[in-house]
Amino acid sequence: MNLAAQTNENLAHISNVLIYSAMAVYLLAFFANMAEWIFGSRSKVGRTAAALTGSRDAAETAEAAAAAPSVKVRGKQAGGAGTAVLERPKVVVRAAAGARDVPDGPGASGGDEQGDMYGRIAISLTVLAFLVEFGGVLTRALSVQRAPWGNMYEFNITFSTVAVGVYLTLLALKKNIRWLGLPLITTVLLDLGLAVTVLYTASDQLVPALHSYWLYIHVSTAIICGAVFYVGAVGTILYLFKDSYENKLATGGQPGSFATSVLERLPSSQSLDKFSYRVNAAVFPLWTFTIIAGSIWAGDAWGRYWGWDPKETWSFITWVAYACYLHARATAGWKGRKAAYLAMIAFACWIFNYYGVNIFVTGKHSYAGV
Amino acid sequence: MSDTQQGARETAQGPNPTTNEDPSELEAASQLSTAPVEDRAPNMPTLGVIGWIRWFWRQLTSMRVALILLFMLSIGAIPGSLIPQSGKSPLKVDDFRKSHTTLAPIYDKLGLFHVYSSVWFSAIYILLFVSLIGCIIPRTWQFVGQLRGRPPRAPRRLDRMPAYATWRTEATPDEVNSAALSLLRGRRFRAHAHAADGSVAAEKGYLREVGNLAFHVALIVMLIAFAYGQLFKYEGGKLVVEGDGFANTLTQYDEFQSGSLFNSDTDLPPFSFTLDKFTGTYERNGPEKGTARTFQATVTYSNGDDGKPARKTIRVNHPLDIDGTKIFLNGHGYAVHVTVRDGKGKTVSDQYVPMLPLDSNITSQGAIKVMDGYRDARGKKEQLGFNAWFVPTFAGAGKGTMFSQFPALDYPVLALNAQHGDLGVDAGLPQNVYQLDTTHMKPYKDADGNLLKARLLPGETMKLPGGNGSITFDKDIKEWATFQIAHSPGDGWALGGAIAAIAGLAGSLFIQRRRVWVRATEGPDGVTVVEMAGLGRSESAKLPEELGDLVGQLHDKAPSAPERVTGAPEPAETTTAVPAAEGAEE
Ligand code: HEM
Repeated sequence: MNLAAQTNENLAHISNVLIYSAMAVYLLAFFANMAEWIFGSRSKVGRTAAALTGSRDAAETAEAAAAAPSVKVRGKQAGGAGTAVLERPKVVVRAAAGARDVPDGPGASGGDEQGDMYGRIAISLTVLAFLVEFGGVLTRALSVQRAPWGNMYEFNITFSTVAVGVYLTLLALKKNIRWLGLPLITTVLLDLGLAVTVLYTASDQLVPALHSYWLYIHVSTAIICGAVFYVGAVGTILYLFKDSYENKLATGGQPGSFATSVLERLPSSQSLDKFSYRVNAAVFPLWTFTIIAGSIWAGDAWGRYWGWDPKETWSFITWVAYACYLHARATAGWKGRKAAYLAMIAFACWIFNYYGVNIFVTGKHSYAGV
Repeated sequence: MSDTQQGARETAQGPNPTTNEDPSELEAASQLSTAPVEDRAPNMPTLGVIGWIRWFWRQLTSMRVALILLFMLSIGAIPGSLIPQSGKSPLKVDDFRKSHTTLAPIYDKLGLFHVYSSVWFSAIYILLFVSLIGCIIPRTWQFVGQLRGRPPRAPRRLDRMPAYATWRTEATPDEVNSAALSLLRGRRFRAHAHAADGSVAAEKGYLREVGNLAFHVALIVMLIAFAYGQLFKYEGGKLVVEGDGFANTLTQYDEFQSGSLFNSDTDLPPFSFTLDKFTGTYERNGPEKGTARTFQATVTYSNGDDGKPARKTIRVNHPLDIDGTKIFLNGHGYAVHVTVRDGKGKTVSDQYVPMLPLDSNITSQGAIKVMDGYRDARGKKEQLGFNAWFVPTFAGAGKGTMFSQFPALDYPVLALNAQHGDLGVDAGLPQNVYQLDTTHMKPYKDADGNLLKARLLPGETMKLPGGNGSITFDKDIKEWATFQIAHSPGDGWALGGAIAAIAGLAGSLFIQRRRVWVRATEGPDGVTVVEMAGLGRSESAKLPEELGDLVGQLHDKAPSAPERVTGAPEPAETTTAVPAAEGAEE
């Protein structure tokens, strides 16, 4: 018994060391990301302005550039075409009327070779940090011999691991999201910083109320939802910046050089908007599931499925806020920026549900506190 | 304003692929969803009462109002999480009332102490659900109509659709069209040939609409299930000492609540159980010392009046379920065994008295009452009452406090004072079993005239002065557990609704509804020109990919004719495939 406790303590110690190491590597990744953006600023692109202010002909070319998917289709077909068969016809894509046909920016490195190299280094470092952090979460779980989701320290370290995991998975799927690297790593550092300072809790067992397989189901999905909503929220914020930048250009304004340099390299506002919509829409059913699983658990643990406990209430508020956002996208006059504001409100609700309710509001969930 | 109108058209007809309103193009994109179209404000002077009602109804069931109501619902839920609620924490509400004398009456008026049952909160969700029903019914009809109808025919200018491809082939138009028809049907499109203009129209992804309608219907099912559950539920609490039992009749409950349509005389299912043993263990070391580690009650229960007894362990998270009635383990504490003797040494009371915990280390308080059978030293009939404090782990003599140091029975101590007189139990007023009503009681004094009190270890006895008898704290201390017994019908429906909601939501969010058209016509030079186009409800990278795939497969069946002009056919060239009159429009 004592020996087991000893190993557990060792594992908990290893976990802490791994989390600190992960922070160090994330810090290096952060610098590499910064370097990518800085070197990338050497390239002057200005496509957005061209697309927005140019003649109709210019818009037509932009349209052709926006037809990125067709390039992919063609490539695939060309591969299969072989010798005898003639090349397959290509698909031409047109943007909907009213949409700005702005091409996506070239990414953080702006096509600069050195910038690109730093970007790649940043990704390698992020992969390394992710593995180390994952190890930290795993050893924490082993040290307490349970799911590592019993208090806010453990939530935070899992949360950032999942967020980075989502980012790396999207990269592995060859999605064009290297622009997410810098904002993500910055906040991961913040999240871990909070975890190891303010929220740190020595590893321990769980109170009986948490002894349930619902802990694995409900809490893990809640963490995944939070991480994915977060990724969506980053997309939304960048959308808002890029959209006002495009608006300014379209009305003949002259954005500052810093804005130009940075925003020019991001994907077009339309792509960013679509990205955050997809991300939010993709997890919304999982968030719905999380709430339902939580209420089933509450039914078993506390004898009622729904009791308007603060945590339950804020989960509901968050859910309704995201439902608002999804509705807004289908409602006339609410697309674009207004929908994006709703998405930000929804994410703010999520954050309050986590930090605010856990720390400031007492309720049945307060054992999951600091 | 114009932005809204533009948006309205888009909602109704999907992305509008052109600024030039060709009726066939509008039709091509129509009915790609069943989302309602936004209404403009009514033309006031011409509206009668019916007109206004209709307008109001149209507003209520519009997407914009649904959005506003949803938003109000989420905002309205906030105060309930920040202001104490009388249903959940009545004590905090009392505190709040005392400390905020100006604010509290305002809160009272606004129903802010019971937000979730307040008039305004109910109004929001009832309006929302009326809106929901008013929205679903026409949408369902519309959708059934779409299922029975055919996908709209190909617009005249396919090259204005979001995804487009064209090539020339030596296959005849009929061959191409029938190949396209079987290809699309093989891909599970609903496809129809339109003989008039030699085109094929196909549509897929109806499950999106099914999912969306299912989701919204599921919300209604959940609401009805909740409402039903509220009307027919019952729930109550009961404290049971180890060895004692409980039978499910109204009189046995310590507290009981039921929905307004529940009949407690006939609707309580007959079952009973006995608490055999309660086990609690606690963390002995570390920062979480005293935190419960195991917490379980072993019961023997039987279902029905003559059911076979069965054994079961109830733990937190693992209630006992008897035909839908759930029995939860809620709390626990200690019941002390005391023996009270009169002056002659005759035992007048011999009972387990549950002590109510005051803190997490189970410092507890209770009242020991001897109602009848006791006569004092002079033979006068009297009642006895003892205020009792119990700690399972005493800090040690001289350490002063009667606060427990640990929740387990490490060093149990019982502190008592004694009173005699009339307990007031016959007055007919409801009385708290855990408190003494001392209005008609006199405390016993010790030799110095101070209040008689004693701190007893198990086995020790406190003598009442004047030969009035004694009370003994016996060694067998038992545990008790409180159970919450609850039945809420409609849970099954609510759960079913919830699962349907998730499934519907997934269908509605992950499935794209899209249309594909193929048109094969004979060009002026006798070579067939094939055009294919795709249109989705929203732009998606998947649509061109899918079209590319379909193009590839159709192209295999109707390969490109040898080029006459050098270079790949550019989209610009394809306009030649359209009748000259149309080309002139440009
Ligand atoms: C109880 C409140 C409601 C909730 C929680 C809710 C939730 C949702 C959600 C999450 C979606 C997203 C699915 C998607 O984008 O396809 C959605 C879509 C939709 N909702 Fe609701 N809804 C509610 C009430 C209503 C009402 C009252 C209406 C009618 C005015 C309505 C009409 C629609 C329509 C038409 C769509 C589909 C939009 C599209 O085709 O993209 N909903 N709803």
